[in-house]
Amino acid sequence: MFTKPIHTKLLYLAILAAALLLPWYVPDAYIFQIVTMSVLYAIAASGMNLILGFTGQVTLAHGAFFGMGAYGVAIMTKAGIVFWLALPVSALIAAFIGLLIGLPTLRTRGAYFAIVTLCFGVIVWIVSGNWIELTGGHNGIFGIPRPSPIPVPFFGQIEFFTQTGMYYLALAVLLLVLFALYRLVYSVFGLTFMAVRNNEPLADSVGINTYATKLVSFVAGCFIAGLAGGMYAAMMGAVSPSAAGYMLTFNFLIFVILGGMATLPGPVVGAFAIPVLMEFMQFLDDYRMLIFGALLIMVIIYFPMGLVGGLRRLNQKVAAWRQQKFPESDHASR
Amino acid sequence: MLRVESVTKRFQGLVAVQDLSFEIIKGEILAIIGPNGAGKSTVFNLITGTLKPTSGQIFINELDITGARPHQVASKGISRTFQTTSLFDQLRVIDNLMIGYKWRTNLGFWNTLFHTPRWKAHQAETYQRAMETLDFLGLAEKHDQFVPALSQEEQKRLAIGIALVSKPHILLLDEPTGGLIQEETDRVTDLIRRVREQGTTVCLIEHKMQMIMGLADRIVVLNYGKKISEGAPAEVKSDQAVIEAYLGGEVHA
Amino acid sequence: MDLFLQQVFNGIMFGSTYAIVALGLTLVMGILNIPNFAHGHLYMLGGYLLFFFASTIGLGYWLGMIVSVAAMGVVGVIMERIVYRPLNDQPHINAFIAAVGSLLFLESFALVVWGSQGLRIPNPHPQIIEIMGITMSIQRLLVIFGAIALILGLHLFMKKTILGITIEAVAQNREGAMLTGINVNRVSSMTFAISAGTAAVAASLLTPIFMLSPSMGAILGMKAFVIVILGGMGSIPGAIFGGFLLGLIEALGGGYISAAYKDVFAFGALILILSIKPTGLFGQKEV
Repeated sequence: MFTKPIHTKLLYLAILAAALLLPWYVPDAYIFQIVTMSVLYAIAASGMNLILGFTGQVTLAHGAFFGMGAYGVAIMTKAGIVFWLALPVSALIAAFIGLLIGLPTLRTRGAYFAIVTLCFGVIVWIVSGNWIELTGGHNGIFGIPRPSPIPVPFFGQIEFFTQTGMYYLALAVLLLVLFALYRLVYSVFGLTFMAVRNNEPLADSVGINTYATKLVSFVAGCFIAGLAGGMYAAMMGAVSPSAAGYMLTFNFLIFVILGGMATLPGPVVGAFAIPVLMEFMQFLDDYRMLIFGALLIMVIIYFPMGLVGGLRRLNQKVAAWRQQKFPESDHASR
Repeated sequence: MLRVESVTKRFQGLVAVQDLSFEIIKGEILAIIGPNGAGKSTVFNLITGTLKPTSGQIFINELDITGARPHQVASKGISRTFQTTSLFDQLRVIDNLMIGYKWRTNLGFWNTLFHTPRWKAHQAETYQRAMETLDFLGLAEKHDQFVPALSQEEQKRLAIGIALVSKPHILLLDEPTGGLIQEETDRVTDLIRRVREQGTTVCLIEHKMQMIMGLADRIVVLNYGKKISEGAPAEVKSDQAVIEAYLGGEVHA
Repeated sequence: MDLFLQQVFNGIMFGSTYAIVALGLTLVMGILNIPNFAHGHLYMLGGYLLFFFASTIGLGYWLGMIVSVAAMGVVGVIMERIVYRPLNDQPHINAFIAAVGSLLFLESFALVVWGSQGLRIPNPHPQIIEIMGITMSIQRLLVIFGAIALILGLHLFMKKTILGITIEAVAQNREGAMLTGINVNRVSSMTFAISAGTAAVAASLLTPIFMLSPSMGAILGMKAFVIVILGGMGSIPGAIFGGFLLGLIEALGGGYISAAYKDVFAFGALILILSIKPTGLFGQKEV
């Protein structure tokens, strides 16, 4: 039903191998740090894509939920709670607050949800900068401990005091999230997300509880954002209001749209390609958002499925051309 | 089987449906006809919960469904199509049908996430039922295509299929042959007959008189939101009120 | 008591600015069903254009204001033409995303051209007068009366001119208007021109009192959304009433409770209202 052609699978395996071997061929600590951040961004952007791309609900508070995860882990681990408990609890808090926001707003169609989430994102950002007792105000929270080592029988323990350890932790979570999203999206249940995006009145009339579907998608997306934020706090050792800011939301949006909305690889590609590209184009720094703002408009008008969608279309065209020329080999790809 | 009891719907002072009562009987093909603006589509919207009646009640098998949400009505076994062909046009043909069957299954969030045995069974069942329906519609070969690649008639069939895939008790069709030429209309009419033979009760809204007279067991005629006639095609055809409403003669066209 | 009156005065002043910014926004939302997230940024750009024409070029305050409002009208037309019109028949969310794109573009455009340092337009009427114990500058009074004049003017325009009546017709029923032969595209672009122009008027009135900064549009734009939802989407009286209401809530809340959380009150009110009455206080239309 939902199988992929063999050469696509090989490509994914090659990418996975490259990701696993990354610490060996990226010795530069600074670049390595950027790549590790990209893994976290990819997690959060994938969560946003579930809501925005697959379910068609424009959430503009994703940075806020990332921030809740980050502050959650920061506050709890500083209070002595072990990271491995603080992380899921923080993500659950983000999911729960997402539920509270979604309950009144997802009942409506169209613009309300986008507007309310945008405003909510700003509220969280303002509160994180002003609630000094809880968040440390504009200075934020410092000295967040790294995750404690995991003991492994007969082997010793897995430590996270190095950047490499954190990288593998982040990578593991990214793979887990992608695996879960893969299962959710490529299934009959996942089709209901797309049904809501595509034609809500029809979805309603064939017995799909569209309100509940939107809620599930939004809460799951917020949970994923919280997860990414929690790991960010442990990795950076510090959080400040910019980790909950609305600019972060716009960055996630850029990753999702330019990478490819409603495709699983899209946000991941965006989250890796864009920050790395920016490092090589430091001289453009002032013009960064000027370029990305214009790109966002152009991509959404001319390539609504972004880079990955464009490549897929190209791939289909090539396959169609091949079939025309060599009718025997039929590698129809999807 | 389905009973509409003195239902009235007002839109800001405008009466769209007035004190309407009728019944859909198990196994029949009932047609609702009437001039433009007679309130036919509004009746469907009221039955399926898209609109809430101002007053009156709607029962399915003696169960009151007045004011239920559309997805709740659907899960009572009442499916519908829309006047303008409504499909999931970003998805493949088979996906459209699988979505239509989803409420029959237990394919929720956790089952899907953990691929439970129940998930596997229901997923396979959904696929099988969707393919079965495609066979019935004569669209099996197109299962992997995207909706925009279908012809207008095929899209109309698919729209019926989305409503039919979940084996509803009652199928409400809103102008299933609107915009089709004669040949295509005949094929869709034939499809509707086969739907009834399968045991599904059908209620449809139509403009094409000739087609209705040959297809329907009973006809309800609306004008300005009121029922002006009801009965077998032959009775309705000779009803003076109906002839007047259609400005005389058009019924015989 | 004096503090109270002073806060009320400030509330009315901010409220009148909010009202005109929200008016422009509600027009666009009524016509196109698009939440123009960049609307606050049009206000911001209007302020900078005033700075450019009045100070850099040296046209002076009043002439600079006229030129910048006209220029913003052109910006509005361009925006509708290249950003929103191509997305007319695409899924709604694409236009939402394009709106975010324009927001990012405009903010960084101001950042690149004028820098992140706050700029100041010399206050043309800094004289201070005192009435009933309230200190007010002439410019602040000008904000209030200018806004009221603009609202009245816009009201006359919507009710008495053919273009205004057409805009209202399109807002109420787009398909119907198309069937009667109205050129909907032209109406859309005129609406954007008016919307951007009114934002520029608001900016011209208010910015001489405060500093210009590229980020000043973001928060104001979001407040305009709060007002539009508060008053009901597409409702003009709703936008005016909502604007003044929000100005007063903020001034009193900020003065008596907490200045840092001033903006939180507004957004809190928004979420509350949506939970209770999703169509707004004056609205009938579901968007």
